[in-house]
Amino acid sequence: MQSRNFTNGILKNNPVLVLMIGLCPTLAVSTTAFNSLGMGIAVIFVLTLSNITISSIRKFIPENIRIPVFIVIISTFVTVIDYNMYAFIPDLYKNLGVFVPLIVVNCIILGRVEGFAYKNGVFASLLDGLGSGIGFTLAIFIMGSIRELLGSGTFFGFNVFPQGFQNNPVIFMILPPGGFLVIASLMGIMNHLKGSQA
Amino acid sequence: MMSPFLIFLSAFLVNNIVLMRFLGLCPYFGVSRRTDTALGMSMGVLFVMLLASWITFFIYHYLLVPLDLIFLRTAAFILVIASLVQLIELFLKKNVPTLYQALGIYLPLITTNCAILGITFLIIDYDYTLLQATVFSIGTAMGFGLALLLMAGMREQIDLAPVPDALKGSPIAFITASLTSLAFLGFAGLLGLSI
Repeated sequence: MQSRNFTNGILKNNPVLVLMIGLCPTLAVSTTAFNSLGMGIAVIFVLTLSNITISSIRKFIPENIRIPVFIVIISTFVTVIDYNMYAFIPDLYKNLGVFVPLIVVNCIILGRVEGFAYKNGVFASLLDGLGSGIGFTLAIFIMGSIRELLGSGTFFGFNVFPQGFQNNPVIFMILPPGGFLVIASLMGIMNHLKGSQA
Repeated sequence: MMSPFLIFLSAFLVNNIVLMRFLGLCPYFGVSRRTDTALGMSMGVLFVMLLASWITFFIYHYLLVPLDLIFLRTAAFILVIASLVQLIELFLKKNVPTLYQALGIYLPLITTNCAILGITFLIIDYDYTLLQATVFSIGTAMGFGLALLLMAGMREQIDLAPVPDALKGSPIAFITASLTSLAFLGFAGLLGLSI
């Protein structure tokens, strides 16, 4: 039962590819595998801690003002990750730019907090936060890997393709149109797999 | 120091908020099924974006900076924008019912629109003056409206087109967005403006 809380967000209800939420960061920062992994970990951190905090104090949050309370708690954790990333991983911070503070309006986080943590226990919320966070990270990491491989011919900065490709990579892929095209293809593949199962 | 006209052009076309910066994608795909709803949404975004950029500008420069509370930026901005939208909604409902009828249903959606919060952060990051911030937010909002209307017009046509089963719905919308974005790449370098 508990394990379902964890696995639900990874594949069956993958936030990006199935529910189509949290699209902005997914498309914007997935130009390299490194950036996507960094964004994914930041979201796992904020989502899991917000879920734990809110589910542990859920009995004290009046229903009418729950959304502002959620936003304050979420933005606290976002500020924590914002300043830590700025101090310890400045390169990543520079690449992610405005999308680090914008984690606060990522619909995945408000959605899980409102839809799950506010109604469930602390341990279940922890698993749910981790699961949805990993689902998001998986989607953004796949996108980042595809775009970096094709667009720069590298993976985590290492050359993987022959020199000829390296000199003329498909630059289109790391530009904004490539992001839209990769996510369209991934969603198409998901639809096709779902269609053939039914 | 960039001239206001260049800032406007950059925000409107070259660095289009949806197609180049990837902000505000949820309403871009969510309310772009019909042109009339797309128009209503763009007007709402223009209205809220301008007010939000002014209010956060004053809060940041005259409250957070003097009190040395810059680390509260994220929390302060999102709360201010959320309450601003609520206030606008109440004000319009009571005083300008015609405008409320036109924009009413879009206002709650705008609170969670990352484009609004995103440009308030960008204005701080770019160190804009009040005039530059005003031009920047108008240009951005109009760029959002342009992208949204283009998308809505195309989706009305796509509804009638034979699309492969696996690509029906959102995948074909993303492919359309990809092609639109490719077209907007052509604006890069216009009057020396870079992406």
